[in-house]
Amino acid sequence: MSSPIMKLVAQRIALGILLLLAVSVLIFAGTQILPGDVAQAILGQSATPESLANLREQLGLNDPAFIRYFRWLGGVVTGDLGTAMSSGQDIAASIKGRLWNTLFLAFWAAVVAVPLAIVLGLIAVRYRNGWVDKLISGLALASTSFPEFFIGYVLVYFFAVKYQIFPGISTVYDGMPFGERVQAIMLPAAALTLVVLAHMMRMTRAAILNVMQSAYVETAELKGLSAFAVIRRHAFPNAIAPIINVVMLNLAYLIVGVVVVEVIFVYPGMGQYLVDHVTKRDVPVVQAVGLIFAAVYISLNIIADIAAIVANPRLRHPK
Amino acid sequence: MSNELEFLSRRVASGKLSRRDFLGRAAALGVTATFANSLLSSATRAAGPVKGGTLKAGLVGGESTNSLDPALFMTQVPFAFGKMWGELIVELSPEGTLENRIAEEIGSSDDAKVWTLKIRDGVEFHNGKTVTAEDVAATLERHSDEKSKSGALGYMKGIESIKASGKEVVLTLKEANADLPYLLSDYHLIVQPNGGKDKADAGIGAGPYKVTTNEPGVRHGGERFANYWQGDKMGHADQIEIIVINDATARTSALQGGQVNMINRVEPKIVDLIKRLPGVTIRNHAGPGHYVFIMHCNTAPFDNNDLRMALKLAIDREEMLDKVLRGYGSLGNDFPINASYPLFTEIEQRKYDPDKAKFHYKKSGHDGAVLLRTSDVAFPGAVDASQLFQQSAAKAGIQIELKREPGDGYWNEVWNKQPFCASYWGGRSTQDQMYSTAYLSSADWNDTRFKRPDFDKMVLAARAELDETKRKAMYHDMAVLVRDEGGLILPMFNQFIDATGAKVAGWVDDPHQELMNGYALAKCWLEA
Repeated sequence: MSSPIMKLVAQRIALGILLLLAVSVLIFAGTQILPGDVAQAILGQSATPESLANLREQLGLNDPAFIRYFRWLGGVVTGDLGTAMSSGQDIAASIKGRLWNTLFLAFWAAVVAVPLAIVLGLIAVRYRNGWVDKLISGLALASTSFPEFFIGYVLVYFFAVKYQIFPGISTVYDGMPFGERVQAIMLPAAALTLVVLAHMMRMTRAAILNVMQSAYVETAELKGLSAFAVIRRHAFPNAIAPIINVVMLNLAYLIVGVVVVEVIFVYPGMGQYLVDHVTKRDVPVVQAVGLIFAAVYISLNIIADIAAIVANPRLRHPK
Repeated sequence: MSNELEFLSRRVASGKLSRRDFLGRAAALGVTATFANSLLSSATRAAGPVKGGTLKAGLVGGESTNSLDPALFMTQVPFAFGKMWGELIVELSPEGTLENRIAEEIGSSDDAKVWTLKIRDGVEFHNGKTVTAEDVAATLERHSDEKSKSGALGYMKGIESIKASGKEVVLTLKEANADLPYLLSDYHLIVQPNGGKDKADAGIGAGPYKVTTNEPGVRHGGERFANYWQGDKMGHADQIEIIVINDATARTSALQGGQVNMINRVEPKIVDLIKRLPGVTIRNHAGPGHYVFIMHCNTAPFDNNDLRMALKLAIDREEMLDKVLRGYGSLGNDFPINASYPLFTEIEQRKYDPDKAKFHYKKSGHDGAVLLRTSDVAFPGAVDASQLFQQSAAKAGIQIELKREPGDGYWNEVWNKQPFCASYWGGRSTQDQMYSTAYLSSADWNDTRFKRPDFDKMVLAARAELDETKRKAMYHDMAVLVRDEGGLILPMFNQFIDATGAKVAGWVDDPHQELMNGYALAKCWLEA
């Protein structure tokens, strides 16, 4: 069994790398289309023709685009993302801490949200169309329908201002004790959980319900298995692929889409970092962050594909 | 009864009795909590600063692109943090006079062209080195270098030579300037070892706090510098921390939840709500900052003074002050100077006058709409203010077309580029500085394109004049010229509105900038 799977996995990874390369070309091309060049942006209003020429020379902007692209790509591959032009700091070093913060927050939000969503989905299927199902779906849909900032502010109002249980601003820093760190991210993690919960829950419910209509489920029911046993042993394993897909999509969102939550809770993650540099037209940083976000999306999708293949033998043997 | 209360309040002030116990006993003596609190705070003030603790500020105006190089300071957070670790040559006191800091004495030649700074003994940098005249000279050299990116370069360019000898630094100016000491109080001019020429962003200064944390856009922290030369006056808390909170709601809730002790930039529209919060004090005070609409005097149709005058008369200043600033400000009069400047003179207030505006508009010969560009980032409430302007002008028969621009890129693409837009100015410490930055023909930031050789001459003459009465008269004439012929519509001066939480003591209003001119963390302390 191992060799066809290994082959498929290798194929997917190779495809992912190709895709990432394509994305890097798009990102690079996109930043080239922007009006003005990096030198112009660095010097701003005080640019004189001579200083522009000097800086262009110094930054190697006179070389053809494809040479600059490969130079950039070479740097990225060796872990050198260049330096931010607005502050002169090494991009890789500044991103490292930020990325870690973002992953930390996403991890805890996922640890709560994913099992909760799946369990709630299973419960909803078990009591489908009853009041429990309607209550779960209703609450989950309500929490998704509110904009993130609203959920964030409501949480801050009750838990930080009124009862002062958790801090309302989540500034974390290097060397912060683990316990304090977890306490600091409590509210943003809760906000994110509420935002992504419904999507995963509804998808779980729909996928399992879909399977429930199959003949073998009917057989299982006729055998006299309890409703939960049918779901657990026969329906859930066959519904796992779409569930994994939606979980991965939401995980990706937790990493690349949390700008608003980061702003509300003053959380030093990637989103805030990107926004600051976009306003300053700091192209090298925007390129680097764009590439990292693309890599996150692509790798999570690969993982979802592979998991789906492992879960479903039919996908292993394409006709 | 009052004897006992006073005794108790002194015990609280000296830390021998807790605040809570005091309030309990005061209540037992039949005193209201408000009265007991005020008694307490006056006792604490009389007892002097309390040392210790960590003071935290939650401030807007920090980005992950900030640097510790003082030359590059632009926004509020680097400004406030710079005052914590850095020391200036001179500073403006809250009363508006000059306060010597690293300079012990400043003297000038009779023609205000040669200035001598005597450097104070025994001021130490955080790295243990003593501040010398060479360090001061190197600092000034770095900021006056043509290639420097310093925010102070504009007026530092006027220095011809800088020489350090012994304990003195001698500055020779290209043209006389009686205001030089005021210019030296610019917040960029932090004295650094060797002027920061070796490593500008090292964060080594001679200020009350040593830099311990510097995470741009996230937080900055400092611990008290034991050898600070004025340890009795500043640096009361053991630690200070600035947390960057750009979101106004998050800032307010952080103060309310007790995570920070002070915040800046409270929005006028929520001041009344914040005032109701227990323990929170609003600290608002007038300053030189102003909200404006600027017209390019050299671009049609604004190159016509009648049209400019028509627009100036078509704005209802009182309504705007009332609705946009909720009264937290004062009326503007179309010149950028108010009573917070030392040599200010009153000029008759221009009022909303639709009839006169109509008259000038007709006389200008212009027909059709005038395009005004505005954005939320121009100043808080700028879009509302522009709409009010549109309505008041419509009553005078002038049609203003509004174009709402995106905040991103507003300062690069619209301000100082488009002929008519909303904007703001933070003000400067002297009239000369304000006029030199934005109204001199050669000024980089002449955002009204006000290019008048006669005005330039007046600025230079006033700069060299040492007789205060004559100078005042000159500034009066300049103000009248800008007011009646310039491209500036200045409906209102805004106030700085900060807020502090419970326990913060030692606040002194300072008209120059927000947060006690940036010194709030160093000059305030936490009550026991």
